[in-house]
Amino acid sequence: MTSLMQAAETTSWNGIGTSARRPDGLLKVTGRFSYSSDLWVEGAVFAVTVRSPHAAARIVSVDVSRALALPGVRAVLTHEDVPGAKTYGMKLADQPVLAVDQVRYHGEPVALVAADDPQTARRAADLVHVEYAPYEPVTDPEAALLPGARPVLGSDNLVRHVKIRHGDLVAARELAEVVVSGDYEVGMQDQAFLGPESGLAIPSEDGGVELYVSSQWLHKDLEQLAPCLGLPPDKVRLTLAGVGGAFGGREDLSVQAHACMLALRLGRPVRMVYSREESFFGHVHRHPARMHFEHGATRDGKLVYVRARLLLDGGAYTSTSPVVIANACYFAAGAYEVPHAQIDGLAVYTNNPPCGAMRGFGAVQSAYGVESNLDRLARELAMDPLELRMRNAMRTGTVLPTGQEVDGPAPVRELLASLQERPLPAEATGERDLRTLPGGVANTTHGEGLRRGIGYAVGVKAIGYSGGVDDVSTACVTLEVAGGRPVVSVHTAAAECGQGVTTVQAQIAGTELGVTRVVVVPADTRVGDAGSASASRMTWMSSGAVQGACRLVARDVLARAARVSGRPATVLALVHDGVVDSLTGDRVCSIVDLLGDDRIEHVHEYHHRPTQGIDPETGQGDAHIAFAFAAHRAVVEVDVELGLVKVVELATAQDVGKAMNPLAVEGQIEGGSAQGLGLALMEELVVDDSGRLRNPSFTDYLIPTMLDVPPMPISLFELPHPDSPYGLNGVGEPPTLSSTPAIVNAVRAATGLDLPRAPVRPEHLTGTMPAGNRAATPAALPAVTPPPGTAPGGQPTRARH
Amino acid sequence: MRVTTTVNGETRHADDVSESESLLYLLRERLGLPGSKNACEQGECGSCTVYLDGVPACSCLVAAGQAEGSDVVTVEGLAPGRDLDPVQEAFVECGAVQCGFCTPGFVVSAHDLLARCPNPGDDEIREALAGNLCRCTGYEKILDAVRCAAGRMPSERSTV
Ligand code: FES
Ligand code: FES
Repeated sequence: MTSLMQAAETTSWNGIGTSARRPDGLLKVTGRFSYSSDLWVEGAVFAVTVRSPHAAARIVSVDVSRALALPGVRAVLTHEDVPGAKTYGMKLADQPVLAVDQVRYHGEPVALVAADDPQTARRAADLVHVEYAPYEPVTDPEAALLPGARPVLGSDNLVRHVKIRHGDLVAARELAEVVVSGDYEVGMQDQAFLGPESGLAIPSEDGGVELYVSSQWLHKDLEQLAPCLGLPPDKVRLTLAGVGGAFGGREDLSVQAHACMLALRLGRPVRMVYSREESFFGHVHRHPARMHFEHGATRDGKLVYVRARLLLDGGAYTSTSPVVIANACYFAAGAYEVPHAQIDGLAVYTNNPPCGAMRGFGAVQSAYGVESNLDRLARELAMDPLELRMRNAMRTGTVLPTGQEVDGPAPVRELLASLQERPLPAEATGERDLRTLPGGVANTTHGEGLRRGIGYAVGVKAIGYSGGVDDVSTACVTLEVAGGRPVVSVHTAAAECGQGVTTVQAQIAGTELGVTRVVVVPADTRVGDAGSASASRMTWMSSGAVQGACRLVARDVLARAARVSGRPATVLALVHDGVVDSLTGDRVCSIVDLLGDDRIEHVHEYHHRPTQGIDPETGQGDAHIAFAFAAHRAVVEVDVELGLVKVVELATAQDVGKAMNPLAVEGQIEGGSAQGLGLALMEELVVDDSGRLRNPSFTDYLIPTMLDVPPMPISLFELPHPDSPYGLNGVGEPPTLSSTPAIVNAVRAATGLDLPRAPVRPEHLTGTMPAGNRAATPAALPAVTPPPGTAPGGQPTRARH
Repeated sequence: MRVTTTVNGETRHADDVSESESLLYLLRERLGLPGSKNACEQGECGSCTVYLDGVPACSCLVAAGQAEGSDVVTVEGLAPGRDLDPVQEAFVECGAVQCGFCTPGFVVSAHDLLARCPNPGDDEIREALAGNLCRCTGYEKILDAVRCAAGRMPSERSTV
């Protein structure tokens, strides 16, 4: 069955540290790469989801008879048809596979329809009649915590309260000569990966099921999925189908349980592919945040303390909120030395869309708060904001608010200095090209009313799983001869989401075994867990596993070569498809001759060093394995009359430990920076007071285009990390932390406005709307549309009150 | 209805095509050509871009019936008789591909840009490709790829 997916293959030697080409690149540029939405097998039916039009309602009844009567419809399933556990979840199994007696957010899945073709399935979904009794949704996260607030789920609306107490805040407040505080907000951002959630489930002869799906973590999917299907884990086999981007949005289940349920019920293959609109309902988002920051400092700009309160809206189910809020708190002091800290983070349940993992995982929100308040402090001190950052920059040995000492490289000052040294983009003079102006070809300004601003920000985030979680990554490496040449196969369950983990795996196998031809076979659950493509951990953890397995293979090959040649194994090395004596440089033998028909295979499980959980009352503990840092300098031009912003340049400085593949590393930094730009200036899912999502489309949820993104020069630092394979460090998330506040700080510098809220909208800049206003509704929003699969407008759902 | 089109140089027929079907659906679901991608089906992302009678179009916005008798070239047919078009080559080489979901659309749009304008400046590239969304790359490497392909286009390009 794995023949549905292609292996990725390299045939030229490209070791680590080179910008090796992606082994899947050829397939991708020619349109032959199989994404999860491209899969098709004979006899497959197409399935769609029926979703709730209400944010909070009791389900009175579900009538599937009209849908079932439509010719071409094969099945309509509700919660009664879930074969096993009725709920699942990343941290708590609290999310229903299909809603049972109530719905808790707009777009919650209620029923499934399978039909011979997509059109019939969609028509039938409209015929599923669900009678709802809506009730008042809880949509304000602050109000959700008030006594008497209706619990969305369970007994109260608190998901988790994280407390960090470090130093002596009372004494610190005495010491502080200057105190500034501010309230900051971050809107709900969407991952907006381009490849829709999709998969193909095929029933197997043993009563189990094969699922081809786009995912960030196959084994976690399996762990949640098998109980819902009422099957032992070995009867549920997952294979990674081509993933069209992820950014956190594919950590939770989407189509997995639904497609498998239908396949098992019908005994035939089932395809599911979300539309873009359904995709906006079908995955968790970045938590909207309301934050209060207070910094105390001496007159000469030394930070004395930080006090922060962070409130994250987790929406209707738990997802990963308990760890997102922890991560937001861990880094709420920013990349600075702050001797005293009191940090409180609260994640709450509401009837808003569920929120969970998105690139940066909570640290994006707190970085926005701390970096914004730091610019406010600089204004208060009449100090250059860059100077203030340099003066307080964290370094190796700095003790974090969690009590842990930073033990790897921490070049915060150096990163900032490299940005400072970079020449500024020239100020344009004379007649300007419209495309370089705010508003662009919309022809809104020819240069009048323009102000330029420069802003800086820096971010720090932990790499890998924190807080006492054992982090595992497994690789199976095989060396054999095929077609007269040695071939290495690398088999892992690592999710290639576009970030390039297969490229790095091939580079490592080539480096460690000196072999030119490397095949990275499709990722699946037939091999051990690789952990998730998240926490900027995949390259680190997967490199550890592949390197370890390769070294076991190399040991066996060299032992064999030693026997054959009579030279000690310790002087032998694998180079250019053969064995050489590293002392004399002699070629001892070829791998082909040495192996013949044998194959050598080894599995290695890599773990990073253990971490501790934090103390629930004080937040103290050595919770992290490593830290990664990035800094940005943004240069913007603002049309202050119309409130339009053009980012002129967005420069990044980042330490990556070791650039395993420099081109791919730059690609991560540029992509992460652009997502931060989107959060600064345009991206927000708008949820109205009734808990309904107002803009689930690319027409109304705007992501940056090539005209919005400026040149993004990079200063890459490679300070080897002491604990990691090859000295590398995680790369993917850090740039998303500092990009947003650097841009907003630049807009503040240009306009002199406070701008507490991201994304900054034109009305915040022109003063037509208070900048902190919560429901910052974009001007041209459509009327509320029901999510796909809800009852059509002509067929009102009956409300009981 | 029956729809007949020339796709990547071959005459193709599809039967029982409904009024509401798009050219994108026809290509992906009926003609076995899933290279053109379905990221929005609303004309916003450009990942479904194909040549329709020599002009790039969002195939999700074209009714399948409208394509009757027309000549369609998709990403799968961009380099007839060769492995890769120089644009495709440059995308792989310059790191313009991450997840690759946007790539088929970008490759077709960039191919068209360079056919019209062999040496575009950065502002021209940005404007021409602003209808194609990419969520992974931040566009820098895509710009590199287009610049690189521009320097390499064969003087006699296969016209589509
Ligand atoms: S799928 Fe056609 S423009 Fe997005
Ligand atoms: S490479 Fe993923 S969307 Fe462009």
